[in-house]
Amino acid sequence: MNALDVVLWVVAPYVALTVFALGHVWRYRYDKFGWTTRSSQMYESRLLRIGSPLFHFGILVVVLGHVGGLVIPKSWTEAVGVSEELYHVVAVVLGTIAGVATLGGLAILIYRRRTVGPVFSATTRNDKLMYAVLALTIVLGLAATVLANIVGGGYDYRTTISPWFRSIFYFQPDPSLMAGAPLLFQLHALSALLLFAIWPFTRLVHMLTAPVGYLTRPYIVYRSREEHRTGARAPQRGWEPSSR
Amino acid sequence: MKVMAQLAMVMNLDKCIGCHTCSVTCKQAWTNRSGTEYVWFNNVETRPGQGYPRTYQDQERWKGGWELNSLGRLKLKAGGRVRKLFSIFANPLMPSIQDYYEPWTYDYDRLFSAPMQEDTPVARPRSLITGEPTKISWSANWDDNLAGGPELAPADPVLRKVSDQVRLSFEQAFMFYLPRICEHCLNPSCVASCPSGALYKRSEDGIVLVDQDRCRGWRMCVTGCPYKKVYFNHRTGKAEKCTFCFPRVEVGIPTVCSETCVGRLRYIGIILYDPDRVVEAASVPDDKALYEAQKSVMLDPEDPAVIAAARASGIPEDWLEAARRSPIHKLIFEYGVALPLHPEYRTMPMVWYIPPLSPVVDVLSGTGHDGEDAGNLFGAIDALRIPIGYLAELFTAGDPAPVRAVLRRLAAMRSYMRRVNLGQERDESIAAAVGMTGEQVEGMHRLLALAPYGERYVIPKAHAEQGAQLEELATGCSLDYEGGPGMNGPFGEASGMPAPVAVENFHALRERQSGDDLDQAHELRGRVNLLNWDGKGTPDGLFPNGDGEKRS
Ligand code: HEM
Ligand code: SF4
Ligand code: SF4
Repeated sequence: MNALDVVLWVVAPYVALTVFALGHVWRYRYDKFGWTTRSSQMYESRLLRIGSPLFHFGILVVVLGHVGGLVIPKSWTEAVGVSEELYHVVAVVLGTIAGVATLGGLAILIYRRRTVGPVFSATTRNDKLMYAVLALTIVLGLAATVLANIVGGGYDYRTTISPWFRSIFYFQPDPSLMAGAPLLFQLHALSALLLFAIWPFTRLVHMLTAPVGYLTRPYIVYRSREEHRTGARAPQRGWEPSSR
Repeated sequence: MKVMAQLAMVMNLDKCIGCHTCSVTCKQAWTNRSGTEYVWFNNVETRPGQGYPRTYQDQERWKGGWELNSLGRLKLKAGGRVRKLFSIFANPLMPSIQDYYEPWTYDYDRLFSAPMQEDTPVARPRSLITGEPTKISWSANWDDNLAGGPELAPADPVLRKVSDQVRLSFEQAFMFYLPRICEHCLNPSCVASCPSGALYKRSEDGIVLVDQDRCRGWRMCVTGCPYKKVYFNHRTGKAEKCTFCFPRVEVGIPTVCSETCVGRLRYIGIILYDPDRVVEAASVPDDKALYEAQKSVMLDPEDPAVIAAARASGIPEDWLEAARRSPIHKLIFEYGVALPLHPEYRTMPMVWYIPPLSPVVDVLSGTGHDGEDAGNLFGAIDALRIPIGYLAELFTAGDPAPVRAVLRRLAAMRSYMRRVNLGQERDESIAAAVGMTGEQVEGMHRLLALAPYGERYVIPKAHAEQGAQLEELATGCSLDYEGGPGMNGPFGEASGMPAPVAVENFHALRERQSGDDLDQAHELRGRVNLLNWDGKGTPDGLFPNGDGEKRS
């Protein structure tokens, strides 16, 4: 275990997760107005209606898969009678389907961003960076899975990567577990850390406010007039006159 | 009984000349920013016509508003909560910018920068969405005044409902204007559709607003509103909608669209209603019963039981007084001439309309009959199937009876008042024919034709104890207008805090607008500047004093 390993597998994850957490707090406090999906559906609907659900349902399954694979220890699944083989088959099949859907959806979304005029002109540099890191992470993840499991003989990340991931949250990080993992998995983990670090500063913040509360709240919302909302107050953000 | 107050509006369609002043002033006030170029919180559409956005009334396509499920309970037409969350990644019912229109500007710079040439340079249109040169092919009122009539008007969803065979032949054409703003509904489906709960109804006055800090751009409200009066700002990624000009009505002055209406056809006032009975009323099985059901939710402000309950619900005394003087309540109940727009959407809209008699009068005078004779008018109202059917599809879910009743009252007023104006004897039988007294008819005529500013707009101020929070009012004393703000400070002229411009303008403007004639122009007290001078009179300080030549 050398210094580089410590930097990559101890320092980097803590930095990324701290930025992720504090970044969201900061963004929420200072930029509620910018906290939106910035939907581009008004400009173009046909491609979005294929690409966006494909991508989102795919990525949600992928996220669940990661929770299952990284957070739940192997001993637990085995205790309930799920053998390594069964787990492996389910993970690979489901993971590949979800991964391909995600990647396909993302490809459609990126193609749409680039080729549909109004969508392209509404794409910021921030969006481009986000797309680059997001696509890189997904491609690396899928490549690592496909190469290791289908081409190679299979790689049981639940004995290396998963304990490392959990060790970060116990505050007993063990970089040696990760140092031995195949290169593609290492690169995937690193790009994911980068993604987490930029997350709060991109449009991806919309994920954290996924509207699950909608399922339980009453339909009609009443609110009392807010105290400092009267009269000719200084204009709110977003209300500057048209500059075009 | 719980009581809530609601700001409501009535528009008298006979008086709308389709000038679009309301739309333009509203746009200047609220949507002159990038991202809202295509947005008209107030729009005026010609009926028959496709409306804005195109064919928005076709709810089989757009699925706005509420419907009853098989158990007879209200559900959002576009699908309930779970369905919404599953279709959140791409809303299948979202109108595209083309359904509104692609906003544009002109390449004005060409006019100056073009080199010397034979032909006059032209400023070509450019899309404000892509920035590219564009061909203008639709707008918010492309079919204004039946433009493109035989090709465009048959796509009007309302006309299609009236009759499958109706071809809009120009011999039997009728036409009127329908100005529209957000309805500030009692049962707003936009609010119900918002996954993040960013849209809300203000409990003090019923205004429906979007909290810009909580909106996350899920764009479900756009689908939810059957009137398509929530708009998506495509630059900020947030929803925006008509605000009922809350900064204005909070200080007791009418909305910009009302204030600037050339026809003086808008009325604003308070309605009291029982919020606990809204859902029940919105769920009556028969669409045609919805008009009466909505009326049944509104309370009589003179009823002592209502007054007591309103006090218990915390409604201030001056609001109760305003509710008693409300022109809205008079038009809906006492005179019974205002009808809701599309009650079948089940959102309980609160901008009501007095349907136009003009399609009927036009037919009569077009065929050489006397369009002010009660007998002729009543006959025509009974006989003219298409205009009446059309109005019924707009205002009473297709039931012609209430529309006929309203038009008969308007017709009766017309002939009754003609006799009065000609100095003939008052004919009570005309009034009795529509179930009114002559006195009532004259009262209605006064409200519809003559009412001054203070009777058309009865808007109680946001509450006095909240007055200290009115921003820009730097101190309490600047509200104290006698002799002019800042002029009577403790240390002589111009001591104390300077009066904020808004306060000064507000008082000066109100004095002018509520004054009926030019004589009162001289009453304009205080300082006048170019912002509040409206061209009436020659106030002091605006023109050089001295020899009369310069002043006139
Ligand atoms: C369950 C939570 C989520 C919800 C409800 C959600 C919802 C949405 C919505 C409504 C849009 C706007 C689509 C449009 O109209 O243009 C959007 C866009 C987007 N979302 Fe999500 N999202 C979620 C989670 C995620 C996650 C986990 C990711 C990535 C890791 C993600 C990445 C994106 C991207 C990249 C776009 C931009 C698509 C484009 O316009 O090119 N979302 N999301
Ligand atoms: S008319 Fe206004 S209050 Fe009613 S549903 Fe539409 S946006 Fe909401
Ligand atoms: S300003 Fe008045 S008269 Fe003119 S279009 Fe608007 S509502 Fe009609």
